[in-house]
Amino acid sequence: MPAFGTSNVNRPIYGRGPSPGLRFTVYALLSLVLMYADQRARWSERLRYGLQGVAYPVQVAVNSPAAAWHWLTSSFATRTRLQDENQQLHTQVQTLEIALLRQHALEQENVQLRQLHAALPPLVKRWQVAEVIGVESGLLRQRLIINKGRNDGVHVNQPVVDGAGVLGQVAHVGPWSSEVILITDPEHALPVQITRTGLRTIAVGSGNPDELLLSYLAANSDVKSGDELVSSGLGGVFPAGYPVGHITGVRREANQLLAQVRAAPQAGIDRAREVMLIEFDPAHPAAPPSAAATATAATTVDADVTPAAKKGAASAAKP
Amino acid sequence: MSSRENLLVILSTSFVALVLNIWPLPVWLSVIRPAFLVLAVLYWSTMQPFVAGMALGFLGGLALDVFQGSLLGEHALALSLLTYLALRLNLLMRAKPIFEQSVYVLLALLVYESLLWVIDGWTGHATSSALRWIHVLTGALLWPLVVGVLGRFHSQR
Repeated sequence: MPAFGTSNVNRPIYGRGPSPGLRFTVYALLSLVLMYADQRARWSERLRYGLQGVAYPVQVAVNSPAAAWHWLTSSFATRTRLQDENQQLHTQVQTLEIALLRQHALEQENVQLRQLHAALPPLVKRWQVAEVIGVESGLLRQRLIINKGRNDGVHVNQPVVDGAGVLGQVAHVGPWSSEVILITDPEHALPVQITRTGLRTIAVGSGNPDELLLSYLAANSDVKSGDELVSSGLGGVFPAGYPVGHITGVRREANQLLAQVRAAPQAGIDRAREVMLIEFDPAHPAAPPSAAATATAATTVDADVTPAAKKGAASAAKP
Repeated sequence: MSSRENLLVILSTSFVALVLNIWPLPVWLSVIRPAFLVLAVLYWSTMQPFVAGMALGFLGGLALDVFQGSLLGEHALALSLLTYLALRLNLLMRAKPIFEQSVYVLLALLVYESLLWVIDGWTGHATSSALRWIHVLTGALLWPLVVGVLGRFHSQR
């Protein structure tokens, strides 16, 4: 009993239509054209955009059991655990408030010391929170899928951070979702600076979610375990001064010109459920000479507040 | 069973395989995770070579490209090649006992992964990890199970 098309009695044994060889040639050529387009041409970005939109429902569906589990455990949290968490958050808020006060004071002092009337650090125009709906964590790929896309104003190369430090940047944008390449992806390189010495170098992803490699440091460079790394602001993607991680190991061998330096990222690379997309304009002209600009720079974290509130903060920050 | 029903079965099982393929897992599990979609496509193109054929391979590969974020067309080319080989050699393979089939599957997966490896290298993507080859082995080991499960969805003769 043939398993298909029984009515067609005199069908050839090797199927209908063009020969497999011809069909394979057609598909192979199609694949090659796609690969060339994706590597070189610009119009494939639009194709990817469409495909990412098609893929979005499936990604949400695949992630839904994990999301449901998360929702279930958090909605059935015990009273004591909630109290503990509340207590913890209270302490955190207090610490942050004190830190913010100190930062305001330091900003003022800085402005006076430098005789500046404009904020020099890149202005964070806007930030938005996105939820992680998919993780591609292989050995050669460290990517996240987040639930914000072009419709929410996300664009390629937008920096992505979490509460602790730099996570990565947006690699592809779809209508409702985007793909984030993490700093630990082997194809990602991040310009960093060692805060203790001011030494600038590049941190390359290792493919391992808790390791970065600083492969371009000379064997005699001043670096040691425990040094803090921040983004250097070069490269024009990440704003300067965001925490990246800390050095975990330095190995120097007598016969090698370069030291083997490893670092651990600060951000929760494989734990983050919510991430922040920040938007800043590297081509932003220095802010107008008014105290409002310094106030905006001082409150980079809550740059999302309404203009009225910002104005209020500005007048409050005036000496 | 009509060929339309068959096509439905093929598409739905392939979709399930795709979901298994992209299901989020911890790193060590995703390293040994076999390429379910490749196995499913390989099964259908050897056992039902005239129903879905090479279009299934191409579209399945394209889906992998989209969901895994790799170079567009990379998996599509590799999976089209596998379906082509399967269409050519299906009579040879179907006559073999199941564990001998596993060896063929091992070779097919080796061809598949080598092609991906070469393309990754040419296009300047990371290729360094040797662990990418593990799924070739686990995939071949899983083949008897794939035959057992997917074999229930169609009349074998």
